[in-house]
Amino acid sequence: MAHEIKSPIPGTFYRRPSPEEPVFRNVGDTVVVGDTIGLIEVMKTFHEVKVDAAGTVASFEIEDSDPVTAGQVLVILDP
Amino acid sequence: MRIKKLLVANRGEIAVRVIRAARDLGIATVQVHSEADAGMLAVRIADEAVNIGPPRSAESYLNRDAILAAARATGVDAIHPGYGFLSESGAFAAAVEKAGLIFVGPSGATIDLMGDKAAARMRAAKAGVPTVPGSDGVVRDMVEAAELAAGIGFPVMIKAAAGGGGRGIRIAEDTDSFGRLAHQASSEARAAFGDGGIYIERVIERARHIEVQILADGTDAIHCWERECSLQRRRQKVWEEAPSLALDPATRERLCVSAADLARSVGYTGAGTVEYLYDDATGDFHFIEMNTRIQVEHPVTEMVTGLDLVAEMIRIAGGEPLRIRQKDVGIDGHSIEVRINAEDPSNEFMPCPGTVTGLDVPTGPGVRFDHALYQGYAVPPFYDSLLGKLIVHGESREAALARLGRALAELRIEGLATTAGLFEVLRGTKEVRSNAIHTRWLEPWLETNGAMISGMMQREGETVA
Repeated sequence: MAHEIKSPIPGTFYRRPSPEEPVFRNVGDTVVVGDTIGLIEVMKTFHEVKVDAAGTVASFEIEDSDPVTAGQVLVILDP
Repeated sequence: MRIKKLLVANRGEIAVRVIRAARDLGIATVQVHSEADAGMLAVRIADEAVNIGPPRSAESYLNRDAILAAARATGVDAIHPGYGFLSESGAFAAAVEKAGLIFVGPSGATIDLMGDKAAARMRAAKAGVPTVPGSDGVVRDMVEAAELAAGIGFPVMIKAAAGGGGRGIRIAEDTDSFGRLAHQASSEARAAFGDGGIYIERVIERARHIEVQILADGTDAIHCWERECSLQRRRQKVWEEAPSLALDPATRERLCVSAADLARSVGYTGAGTVEYLYDDATGDFHFIEMNTRIQVEHPVTEMVTGLDLVAEMIRIAGGEPLRIRQKDVGIDGHSIEVRINAEDPSNEFMPCPGTVTGLDVPTGPGVRFDHALYQGYAVPPFYDSLLGKLIVHGESREAALARLGRALAELRIEGLATTAGLFEVLRGTKEVRSNAIHTRWLEPWLETNGAMISGMMQREGETVA
């Protein structure tokens, strides 16, 4: 059963810690609970999005630096 | 007055403030906005509005070409940059002038000069303004920087020469941490601004933040007295006052005159603020930096001087000489401003964008609320969390504190968490009442009193619900 990681807050989603650095995770990567998978920028502050279930990254449902709403699905994990 | 139509290149409460000043002067207004801001109050009240791009600031409020294109399309004579965004970009000011328009602020060259912390510090020293002991210029060699730091004495503050807004400043306690932090600061500055130069100065442990408002027309400069902004969290001001009760009359005079002298010495034009650290223990003040724009907290100065600073800066930009003489700028009573942010003080000041479902605005004698809200307004997540500023005036600080209590009790913002409740607690705190505070007082106080603040916010939440 696929697991959805949702944005806890509205803002802008980033897949990288900073523009010059590589992405946190790629499709196909194995992740464990507590891994950082992205950042949400809200009102000029940054908040890490943590993985809340172990699995493999199946897809990113949103592009890097696109706006997100609270509750929007960011990533889908395969168990 | 050469300005008949003004473009406002900003958003939120300051855009509303600029439109009001322009309208008082009989000037038509054009409000530019991002796609996310089509419903903002400034768009509603401006004569015209132009969509300049996507929500991201880099593609809208920082997009020089889009703003200049909007200016050409609407036939404005001038652009007001507000604060933040392009307000302190010398290149933007120069581009506006090159396009044959008026930039409401100093020239691009003056912005660049005073925006370079090391250069500004040298100009201040030359004008006779005391500076904090530090590196006399930008340092690019980190070995040399470490030697300088040891000479200045720890703790020292490391700033990017090209940075600003209090962000990215690091404090090193000793040689070891200096080596690491200076390297970080330098590479970060190189990535962000293309210049890895840093600037070092001694940390004054218990300092007040005192700043002087100035107005200048390129020939003459006057000061409009000082503001004290010592209550800060993460180097962002949360509460500001005018005047500062920490200063005796002779020190106030020397401090304020030094700011006007500095402005005059660089041929400054428009409104600006010279910032200082004031050491209670020694009575010394030290120049930190100059902000070449209108500031968030300008209303407390307006409340005690009776001036309209935004209108004055527009008049100066329109070619009028200073209308006010120094001896006519007085101080009447006391004013306090608190910043109402969309942040939750009971949850580590987590930003809380959302929709305003209910709004009661406090009014009455001595109360002013500069804000960008209306019932049904959806606060977007893409920008600063400042919703508005509650400003009070009274015949004394005590009277102003009482009015602040009255105004806070009348203020009601439903639908999202704000910092309003925090100020009622702060207002009742012994150190705040007796003004026994400094720039590093608020953060530890918030740590210590976190549970009490959460409990208070909870109760407030229940009564609102």
